[in-house]
Amino acid sequence: MTELVRQVALIARRSLVRTARQPGAWIPPLLFPLMLMAVNSNGLRAATHLPGFPTKSFLGFFLPFSFMQGALFASGIAGVDLARDIDTGFLNRLALTPVRGSALLIGQVGGAIGLGTLQALSYLAVALAAGVHIEAGAAGALLILVLAVTVAAAFGALGLWLALRTGSSEGVQSQFPLLFFLLIISSMNLPRNLIEVRWFRDLATANPVSYMIEAMRSLVIEGWNAQALMLGFSFAFGLLVIAMALSSRQLKFRMTRT
Amino acid sequence: MRSRLAVALALAYRQTTVLFKNPSLFLPPMLFPLMNFVAFAGGLSRLRHVPGFEFRSGYTAFQFVFVLLQSAAFGGVFAGFGIARDFERGFARRLLVAAPHRGGIILGYGMAAMVRWLMIAVVLTTVALIAHMQVGGNGVDLVGLFTLAIIFNQVGLLWAAGVATRFRSVQAGPLMQTPVFMALFLAPVYVPLSLLTGWIAFVATYNPLTFLIEAGRGFIDGNPTKVAAAFTIAGLMLAIFALWARLGLRAAERAG
Repeated sequence: MTELVRQVALIARRSLVRTARQPGAWIPPLLFPLMLMAVNSNGLRAATHLPGFPTKSFLGFFLPFSFMQGALFASGIAGVDLARDIDTGFLNRLALTPVRGSALLIGQVGGAIGLGTLQALSYLAVALAAGVHIEAGAAGALLILVLAVTVAAAFGALGLWLALRTGSSEGVQSQFPLLFFLLIISSMNLPRNLIEVRWFRDLATANPVSYMIEAMRSLVIEGWNAQALMLGFSFAFGLLVIAMALSSRQLKFRMTRT
Repeated sequence: MRSRLAVALALAYRQTTVLFKNPSLFLPPMLFPLMNFVAFAGGLSRLRHVPGFEFRSGYTAFQFVFVLLQSAAFGGVFAGFGIARDFERGFARRLLVAAPHRGGIILGYGMAAMVRWLMIAVVLTTVALIAHMQVGGNGVDLVGLFTLAIIFNQVGLLWAAGVATRFRSVQAGPLMQTPVFMALFLAPVYVPLSLLTGWIAFVATYNPLTFLIEAGRGFIDGNPTKVAAAFTIAGLMLAIFALWARLGLRAAERAG
């Protein structure tokens, strides 16, 4: 057990240092959601005049989108880093050492978790500075951070699976539009009950990303909503578990091939 | 003049062939506008009920114009990635040596960017019509809309070409994309200018792209507005960025 923890720590440290050493990899994912939050929260402010819109602050309503977008970038970084390890043969060399597959996967997600934490703290700090009031209070803000980091880890694990499956950075990057599509077809811009187009509303209802967004949003604009939180955390943990299981399975194939 | 055109046509043919042979280069620029269109027109259509929102042709047409212009600009920017890639792989340097008229190089990349975007425009327009987009404008209005978009496509290409020839690396990609993206989103994207409030209303009022978007929306609605201003601005941008790209090419020549 101690050995596993040591292996995870070593690989996680490598993943974090590697991410930190590439400003081109982490600065845009940090700044881009902030820019989009600033622009969209103002551009879409008119939506708060719609009858039934749950809040007068569109910035508060839109804040979870930044966490989700950050998580999406985290998945790209985790995936591309692992794909590069496959490309350069690092994974093959690692296979010759006693390192466990589980340690490799958990450690690799470390970079995504590190970046996810930094992103979540930045977005929340900017939102608070811009006057967003968290209805659920300080404990709610903390829970938003926990959920945001969990979501980043889940998407990071998804990135690992894509990397192990495709084995190339281009392969991981080419899946980005598909993941982005999940974000777009969600309740990110309007509450589901206010989405007018039926097929869009149905897709948003079937999309787990909607529930992750709604869980974070509930803490900002509603307070404590047990159902929203349960759904959000369940989907985030569910995605994490499924993505890790798929990655673990794919890692075995990848190791066998090499 | 003939040799300049020969360089341009040969390069445009090469770029288009490369594009068709690499779906990974062709699909993302095609998918992004479609996804944006689905997200904006499908997910935000309720915004037409916001008090003061007046657009006869409906929200789908309102968003179609924005996404069409966005796809035009990004069609040009993505073509700029190709220029940067050509420099990274050494093809552009060989081209600089081989081409008798280097002005034809930018023209060739411009032609390829236009072909690439026209394919995207056809798909996007088809999807919009399938989604029951109402078109209030007549044929002349639509020609105006698509002409504006073609000019904007070339502006996007010239901007990206200027960056690509100065940096000569795909790593300059964010520098090509981000300013275009920000300039577009600092315009009235989701609601008309009159419904914007706060700092974004001020920025959007003075953003040159607002004129292009509003003129485009006027065309599709059959109620042309700010046409002269939009074409003047588009023409000015074309001239400025043509100079920017030409100077970039000179910088690349000097770098060797």
